[in-house]
Amino acid sequence: MSKVYIALQDNDLSRYIVEAIEEDNPDVTVIHNPAMIRIENEGYLVVNRETVEEKLGRDWDMQELHLNLITLGGNVDEDDDKLSLSWNA
Amino acid sequence: MAAKKLNLKEKYSLLTRDLDWDFSYQDRKEAFPFEEFEGIKITDWSKWEDPFRLTMDSYWKYQSEKEKKLYAILDAFAQNNGQLNVTDARYVNAIKIFLTAISPQEYQAHQGFAHIGRQYGGVGARVACQMQSLDELRHVQTQVHAMSQYNKYFDGFQNWSHMQDRVWYLSVPTSFFHDARSAGPFEFLVAIGFSFEYVLTNLLFVPFMSGAAYNGDMATVTFGFSAQSDEARHMTLGLEVIKFLLEQHEDNVPIVQKWIDKWFWRGSRLLTVVAMMMDYMLPNKVMSWKEAWEIYFEEAGGALFKDLARYGITMPKYADQMEKEKEHASHQAWWTFYTHGQAVGFHTWIPTDEELDWLSEKYPDTFDKYYRPRWELARELEEKGERFYDGHLPQLCSTCQLPLLFTEMDDPMLLAHRESVYNGDHYHFCSDGCKDIFDDEPEKYVQAWLPVHEILKGNCGGPELAEILTDYCGINLGADNLDIKGSPDEVRWKKWKGVA
Repeated sequence: MSKVYIALQDNDLSRYIVEAIEEDNPDVTVIHNPAMIRIENEGYLVVNRETVEEKLGRDWDMQELHLNLITLGGNVDEDDDKLSLSWNA
Repeated sequence: MAAKKLNLKEKYSLLTRDLDWDFSYQDRKEAFPFEEFEGIKITDWSKWEDPFRLTMDSYWKYQSEKEKKLYAILDAFAQNNGQLNVTDARYVNAIKIFLTAISPQEYQAHQGFAHIGRQYGGVGARVACQMQSLDELRHVQTQVHAMSQYNKYFDGFQNWSHMQDRVWYLSVPTSFFHDARSAGPFEFLVAIGFSFEYVLTNLLFVPFMSGAAYNGDMATVTFGFSAQSDEARHMTLGLEVIKFLLEQHEDNVPIVQKWIDKWFWRGSRLLTVVAMMMDYMLPNKVMSWKEAWEIYFEEAGGALFKDLARYGITMPKYADQMEKEKEHASHQAWWTFYTHGQAVGFHTWIPTDEELDWLSEKYPDTFDKYYRPRWELARELEEKGERFYDGHLPQLCSTCQLPLLFTEMDDPMLLAHRESVYNGDHYHFCSDGCKDIFDDEPEKYVQAWLPVHEILKGNCGGPELAEILTDYCGINLGADNLDIKGSPDEVRWKKWKGVA
């Protein structure tokens, strides 16, 4: 299975998003580059709104992710509660 | 009673389905005249889906937030003299290339998406292209704003718009976009939306921008990542486009494959300039071009093509060649610009000892063997007061418009040169990929405007090179060009920094 990935700007908000991703996807690899955080996982990765809200302690719209998103790789599926990345092969 | 709040899927569906209309008294084919001539068959536009399900209201909301954030940082950068915080004056030359070579193409992308957005019969595709067109316009505007601060303090930023259509190396990205924009709407989308956005812009906007951050350039990293937040959406769109085209009709598969082969090769040629920016122009290094290529092309692109294999799509035709070139491209390109440093709008230099060692470490199979000796020779000449400039005009490739600067990859001491004859005229190429692209559509590429040819035809003033560079190209000779050593940029930098 190939790796999916997501990269976020390294800022205060992203810290909580990364924490949420790590909690929901225990096998992810988190790589810190200057000004950015890259998170990789084999085959599948999900960002759950509820987990991010729990970490942030406030409401968070899934689409707010766009504000800190740098890049991603994988087939995207987004609805009100989650954004997922996956490869089929 | 307040209306029930719509969820994302419902909002997107209302925007992209129910806003369309049927053609009752007009011929649908006349309304969308470019939809069929490329041979692409669309059976059901309603299958088009944006996986982010972005609607216009959310689009404006989040784009305006991105802009507010970006401009707050640009203000802070200007107010705090952020230009003084970059690693050294050499770094700024990478940003000059960015402004002159890349930002004008953001504008071409804006125009291209505005055009094709009108040409599709499906509303989902039209909405996505409208958003991308606006994004690209935002990118050129924010880049010009961000770099205007550098224009106050450094040479080489003042004439980017004029230079775009005139300067030899700037014709490389310009002609790339002309090629895409003069193609049909589906080829444009495969070229820019998929090939360029999904794999290749990552190489420009992710590792290079991280490098900008590492070199203290707050303005560039900020506009870069702000732009890239849109690119994440563009990439996703690019992948959906490919899947959509391949699922619509099996006859689309060979057409799409041919475009992928063409545009990945065109893109890899274009990125040669970025390769040299990464390896030679960032004083603080994040990763080598080769490493970036491995992560973003081989790994990410490999995953992508493995996923697309179920449709019968294979890796781009010249992927093997590209893999070999990652060892050589940046070195061959920087050498070319160094030796033609009198005819470019930025400064060039010999890498420091520390940088040469870094290159040896990052390119253990090629650097010491083929490239370090050149730099040692260049330094010997420089120390004798004979800094080397090649006074000749380079021979350009009739497809990618780069000089014939590449060697045979299996024999890095031999310059690569391919040739075709069309209607009795000879055309020259840097590679098999560029020759194949030309041979497939010669009637298109014979019309290309090649700067060196036009100079030799007398269409660019002259006859002296200095007159052409000054009067025609708009390069301020003695300030914008030549070596960084002794340049006005370097003199001013040392004064600001209080070093002798």
